[in-house]
Amino acid sequence: MNTTIMLFLVQDGITNGAIYALLGLALVLVFAVTRVILIPQGEFVTYGALTYASLASGQMPGTAKLALAMGIVACGFDLFAARKTLHGRLILRSVLANVVLPAIVLALTINLAAQKPPVAVCIALSLVIVAMIGLYLYRIAFQPLAHTSVLVLLIASVGTHLALQGLGLLFFGAEGQRGPAVLSGAFTAGSLRFTGQSLTVYGITIAFIVGLWLFFGLTLYGKALRATAVNRLGARLAGIRTTLSGQIAFLLASVIGALSGIMIVPITTLYYDSGFLIGLKGFVAAIIGGLVSYPLTAVAALFVGIVEAFSSFYASNYKEVIVFMLLIPVLLLRSLAAPAVEEEKD
Amino acid sequence: MQSRLPILVFALVMAAIPFIPGMPPFWIVLLDNIGLAALVAMGLVLLTGVGGLTSFGQAAFVGFGAYTTALLTTAYGLSPWLTLPLSLLVSGLLAVLLGLVTVRLSGHYLPLGTLAWGLGLFYLFSKLEFLGRNDGISAIPPLSIGSFRMLSPGSIYFAIWVAVILAALLTTNLLDSRTGRAIRALRRGHVAAEAFGVHTPRAKLLVFIHAAVLAGLSGWLYAHLQRAVNPTPFGAQAGIEYLFIAVVGGAGYVWGGVLGAAIVVILKEVLQSYLPLIVPGSGQVETIVFGIMLVALLQLAPGGVWPWLMSFLPERSGGKKPDTSLKLEQRIRRSGEAGVLLHVEKARKQFGGVIAVNNVSFDVQAREIVALIGPNGAGKSTTFNLITGVLSATSGSISVLGKPVDNAPPQEIVKLGISRTFQHVKLVPDMTVLENVAIGAHLRGHSGPISSMLRLDRADEARLLAEAARQIERVGLADQMHQLAGSLSLGQQRIVEIARALCVDPMLLLLDEPAAGLRHMEKQQLAKLLRDLRDGGMSVLLVEHDMGFVMNLADRIVVLDFGTKIAEGTPATIKTNPEVIKAYLGVAA
Repeated sequence: MNTTIMLFLVQDGITNGAIYALLGLALVLVFAVTRVILIPQGEFVTYGALTYASLASGQMPGTAKLALAMGIVACGFDLFAARKTLHGRLILRSVLANVVLPAIVLALTINLAAQKPPVAVCIALSLVIVAMIGLYLYRIAFQPLAHTSVLVLLIASVGTHLALQGLGLLFFGAEGQRGPAVLSGAFTAGSLRFTGQSLTVYGITIAFIVGLWLFFGLTLYGKALRATAVNRLGARLAGIRTTLSGQIAFLLASVIGALSGIMIVPITTLYYDSGFLIGLKGFVAAIIGGLVSYPLTAVAALFVGIVEAFSSFYASNYKEVIVFMLLIPVLLLRSLAAPAVEEEKD
Repeated sequence: MQSRLPILVFALVMAAIPFIPGMPPFWIVLLDNIGLAALVAMGLVLLTGVGGLTSFGQAAFVGFGAYTTALLTTAYGLSPWLTLPLSLLVSGLLAVLLGLVTVRLSGHYLPLGTLAWGLGLFYLFSKLEFLGRNDGISAIPPLSIGSFRMLSPGSIYFAIWVAVILAALLTTNLLDSRTGRAIRALRRGHVAAEAFGVHTPRAKLLVFIHAAVLAGLSGWLYAHLQRAVNPTPFGAQAGIEYLFIAVVGGAGYVWGGVLGAAIVVILKEVLQSYLPLIVPGSGQVETIVFGIMLVALLQLAPGGVWPWLMSFLPERSGGKKPDTSLKLEQRIRRSGEAGVLLHVEKARKQFGGVIAVNNVSFDVQAREIVALIGPNGAGKSTTFNLITGVLSATSGSISVLGKPVDNAPPQEIVKLGISRTFQHVKLVPDMTVLENVAIGAHLRGHSGPISSMLRLDRADEARLLAEAARQIERVGLADQMHQLAGSLSLGQQRIVEIARALCVDPMLLLLDEPAAGLRHMEKQQLAKLLRDLRDGGMSVLLVEHDMGFVMNLADRIVVLDFGTKIAEGTPATIKTNPEVIKAYLGVAA
């Protein structure tokens, strides 16, 4: 093989790997805080991407309506859960956050969609819509199950994945879509060509990793999230609202997912069900990272991206087999290096 | 012994269904599918619900079963009956390979690991040339007995349900046995089980293989029902769905797997056939509704439907009391069980910079009660863990009957006749007291999984249970024998742990805070029991905080403070030792 092809494959791998890194980070975050293995992460990706693509082509995305519908259900859950201690402020807050906000966003979307808004507006709207869906998803599906086992949460996660993927087909149809580049233009350095889009991917990934690092290291909310991850009961006794931690985790995960989608959709055509596989590769990275370490996950994600790029060049048929089977030696090494410790389960 | 009557009735009902006049053939197809899913779910019940090992990869084993028979019957013209053992063997062997890697994983690595290899294998099925890639293999011959060819769903129905009912019987038999108790203890962590000689990785691998073989059986039946295979039904989605079936039914119950399969298969069918009538013109609505119903069901009944249904039945009266006249052969006594049993020489344990146990030396003689006391954090429980092989010492040596046992695993220590209880009770709460105590006699039984499934283990099993019942009576909990261990008070649970340790037939009993949580009278009974044991020839090493209890009971006391031995002697000398008083009460006292 010549160097150009190799460099090209590495570059391709790094671009994909950066996306997997973001998704892997989100998965680690959500798992650590809520113990949910977030299978619908892939749907956040497709929702973000396809909402963005629809808006950019002047269509009205169905996700905006879904956000309002889920908001109304979430509001109902809120009021039902607090039925014994209802008071005005609580009702007002829940209605504002769960009904009025998505209603305003829906109205904005309907107005703007017809006029083919600029790229920045499309991005902002898509992010807000998917963020709300992520938030309400936690309230509806996972908050009532917060005390149950990882297995039950996992099954619930599968259920939400199925429902959201089905809704995706309903909203966006079976046709794939592409969106406009976030940053157009390109330049060449040596034999490599850098597009504005791939630079955006690198930039946003690095910004997010640094941002998360700062958030968890320096802010009170970040520390509260870490505390919840270490010990739920202890965190509650220290006055941390674990539901708030869960909401923040889901909010971050949905924003990261949507953003990843928006970054990929100008490069590859996405279908309503593409997210699942993309999310799973983020998973592979997250598992290699041990579901605990952010930097390790990021490195593992780049590795997964590069392995994928090379195997799609040499053995494109076995691309997925190689990526997923990659895990077995990793897991083997991991289990040999750290023998199983006693776990107290209930 | 569980009653066989409900199973017999169920089998008769299932056998009668196809003969009901006017039975729509479509329903028979549904029942076939339920049976196939139930087989896989049953394996998952054992693996996930009972053993605590979550697997997303079961669909891949179904695929191995199906592809093995598909390939061998079409390309090599083998008879389907010949491929049955081969299908099971292939699934089982792959389970050994994948299991060796997978069961070592702990916590969330395990489900994710299975998801990953499940996906990888799915892509492998769809890419391999000799498996027909995405088109799969078709024209698989039907099952046939003589000239009777099972071409219709109605004829293979019997083969499927015979398999389901046999598998359910064998699985329940397995759970109600020596091996079954070891499997049921897995979910609660491995330390307690290993302290009684259970080889936990082997037990995990065993359930993994069992589940894979059941899945392979389901795949073999599937291939001959459909008479064609392609990769789609063996993907990640299917693997997730099998797990879902087990959880909906009730992941801890064999029949929950069958019920869950019925609920999910019928629900999907109803959604697929009726939803388009309500919401016309849109595909995949059933997936949406299915997903939402799944989450709703979990929120309403997180434990599954089977236990919820069972709670309506009148509670069954306690089991039969085992025949305690049956004797279990005793542990082989070694020469030298009259002198120094345990010799701890300069044992040291460091955790990073913390020295938990600092060059501690002491002996335990035959027929002696030695107490290990000291303030919190003195290193008493760590010393116990060093002796029983849970932790390995940083330096120093521990010998039993003059033979060094450094770095021996807990399973080997217990074979030497040293058994223990735990400071934090480690019982299986959803097993009865009798079953929990019988785990203690694990090494004194011999029956393996195969003989347990076939019920050839009954004589061995009766002797084990008799021994367990004897020890329960000895500690005074005969009335609680058939209660669930989790329903007892903490003090009683500690006593159950002592009975379990006694089932080992030990020469040395290690008790970690046995009197904590006991009432005054109960403490006196415990002290009397321990004295009786000593007079019967057993030695006891105990950690205890209750000074009154220790001073009246112990022959000798070893005092630890900050990991170091500060005193050793009879209760009378310890009481007046200034070092000890200083450690407990401070300098001024």
